[in-house]
Amino acid sequence: MTRMSGAQIVVKALKDQGVDTVFGYPGGAVLPIYDEIFQQNDIRHILVRHEQAATHAAEGYARSTGKPGVVLVTSGPGATNAVTGMTDALMDSIPMVVLTGQVPTFMIGNDAFQEADTVGITRPCTKHNWLVKDTDNLANTLHQAFHVATNGRPGPVLVDIPKDVQFAEGTYIKPEKANKGHYAPRVKGDVDAITQAVELLETAKRPMLYSGGGVINSGTSASQLLRELVGATGFPITSTLMGLGCYPASGDAWLGMLGMHGTYEANMAMHDCDVMICIGARFDDRITGRTDAFSPKSKKVHIDIDPSSINKIIRVDVPIVGDIAHVLEDMLRIWKARGRKTRSEDVAKWWKKIDGWRETNCLAFEQKGKVIKPQYALARLEELTKKYDRYITTEVGQHQMWAAQYLGFEDPNRWMTSGGLGTMGYGFPASIGVQIAHPNALVINVAGEASWLMNMQELGTAMQFRAPVKQFILNNERLGMVRQWQELLHGERYSSSWSESLPDFVKLAEAFGAKGIQCSDPDGLDDAIMEMIEHDGPVVFDCLVEKHENCFPMIPSGKAHNEMLLGNASTKNAIEAGGAVMV
Amino acid sequence: MSPLDLKKGSSKKSAYDLKTPFSDVDERHTLAVLVDNVDGVLARVIGLFSGRGYNIDSLTVAEVDHTGHRSRITVVTTGTPQVIVQIKHQLERMVVVHEVHDLTVEGPSVERELALVKVRGTGDLRVEALRTAEVFRARVMDTTLESFVFELTGAPDKIDAFVDLMVPLGLVEVARTGVAAISRGL
Repeated sequence: MTRMSGAQIVVKALKDQGVDTVFGYPGGAVLPIYDEIFQQNDIRHILVRHEQAATHAAEGYARSTGKPGVVLVTSGPGATNAVTGMTDALMDSIPMVVLTGQVPTFMIGNDAFQEADTVGITRPCTKHNWLVKDTDNLANTLHQAFHVATNGRPGPVLVDIPKDVQFAEGTYIKPEKANKGHYAPRVKGDVDAITQAVELLETAKRPMLYSGGGVINSGTSASQLLRELVGATGFPITSTLMGLGCYPASGDAWLGMLGMHGTYEANMAMHDCDVMICIGARFDDRITGRTDAFSPKSKKVHIDIDPSSINKIIRVDVPIVGDIAHVLEDMLRIWKARGRKTRSEDVAKWWKKIDGWRETNCLAFEQKGKVIKPQYALARLEELTKKYDRYITTEVGQHQMWAAQYLGFEDPNRWMTSGGLGTMGYGFPASIGVQIAHPNALVINVAGEASWLMNMQELGTAMQFRAPVKQFILNNERLGMVRQWQELLHGERYSSSWSESLPDFVKLAEAFGAKGIQCSDPDGLDDAIMEMIEHDGPVVFDCLVEKHENCFPMIPSGKAHNEMLLGNASTKNAIEAGGAVMV
Repeated sequence: MSPLDLKKGSSKKSAYDLKTPFSDVDERHTLAVLVDNVDGVLARVIGLFSGRGYNIDSLTVAEVDHTGHRSRITVVTTGTPQVIVQIKHQLERMVVVHEVHDLTVEGPSVERELALVKVRGTGDLRVEALRTAEVFRARVMDTTLESFVFELTGAPDKIDAFVDLMVPLGLVEVARTGVAAISRGL
């Protein structure tokens, strides 16, 4: 029975949970905890310049390490600024523990200075949250918070700690002694259901594997098992934006990303397959297109740890609730025990058909003239950086889709992007979080100039903590994706979708003490990229690109997978009224 | 057609709700949800319903286990079978939720509701109100020379019927508890 102050309990609990880094910003209601952080060296505190950035940095840390990201912010505005990052982590299933200060318990409800109903505000954007009113409950609650954030479908949790609870003494208990409650989602899949899925593998003539972020959340063993499954069966595989890297982009069976801006071959194969195995993905509207025309001929297997994901959007034939690694292990074991059967002749014919679609070469582009095409910029970035120990983050918009299309990911946890929530301003702080976790890696944030400006203050953080993150900004002086939709849908009336009064990015970088590079010449691009890579410190790379380039291929909203627009297709009236509402 | 005039698979409520309905027919289900009786638990459950656009027709909540601090929430909701299953799964994955039972599909169940009904009247109307109350086995909880308060327990449709009959007899006010439900047998 160890007695200590609430603030000491917080720091001790974080250490016992194996936390080495906290992203945060101090304020009145968390001063006791900051005082304890000051007096120790095991936990490193990264001072961000805005609380939203703390949450995205923690997400970057979490996604690149598989460990939960930890955030510490003050009450009121500190907590409300963290809401976007928590919602982002909830949508993308990222484990994150957010600690917020709160006004003293006896002042709660009085509209005290910097008071907000933090648990009320964050209830819908966390997996769970707690207000701790008694120091004796603090240690147990913190351990339970880590348990909830990392078990089942991962997600953000929040612990709100009033200032008097931080000052008061309480009893500390170790994680292994803590009562973590009854929350224990099942990880093993139902064997009968897995056997049914194996039967479908054996009888499929046109199989398709569709993987998602759940594979990455399940750990590296899940990616290995997935590779083994693909290798052993020879089935084609595609992935959502979230799942890129769980199967290597250089693999023979890889069809590229699917969905709204996915490849032609991946979407056509999804539409025409007869057996679809969905592995840790959730049939998002960016993936399915029109749901009543989604893969109409297939039997569908859905493996997901969250039962509420199953039959939510698309009715599946074989639901399997469980952790991806556990289920894939059982699936492989059962399939091998039954004699490793596939209809290899039919599958070979299926591959012929897929190879036909591949010949469309849907990602082809032509770099001509003296203006850099954004696709070309990313193709060169890929070529020049793929040999490095590389991590990529992105902001949100056209550049994000181009990055997903033109960069190749060989391993999981190398690709950090805001998928579900689509948060502009995510990528820069996320890249700092990744770099803090991997100090010697090459961390690049592929950005658009508009997104990047949303959290540009983090240049200060990058400089202070010597995080040599590379900000690769595709600058088209437009909100490119908004502009593209206005072109397709709103009669080319570009309402507020241009970036006026942009800063001089080179001077901006230099004002923070960072390096700035500008490049507008296709012939000078390679040298400029190499200069960026070789600079030992943060770099802001202002890459001036073609202003009205559209992101293709594209499934227009409200259309089916086999109604894709390719780059050269007519885009007139591509989207009908019903689809226009779907954003 | 206006851009917002959605057709296939749409509900009028949300532009994001363009899903293919597996069955269009709304069903009424009664769910019993056992939860930890902790701060904000009811707000959590209600927030799930409002945030995801599910209906609440009736809701009752009370602590049913004082030593284990468990509350039982009885929710009556309507939705397509797919939505009802979603609601159940969404509830089950909440940290505070221990068990969710769909009493409508799990077998026969008993549903009861209590109502207090205030009626004003004199002369024939007053006599008729009292006579009708007897037919419904309602009890008189309070009386003045020109009013009654009746207490009535029963299935919701029985209470609806009683309240309808009281309207021409001088209905003033109704207080209803919402449905409490439990499965039959063991």
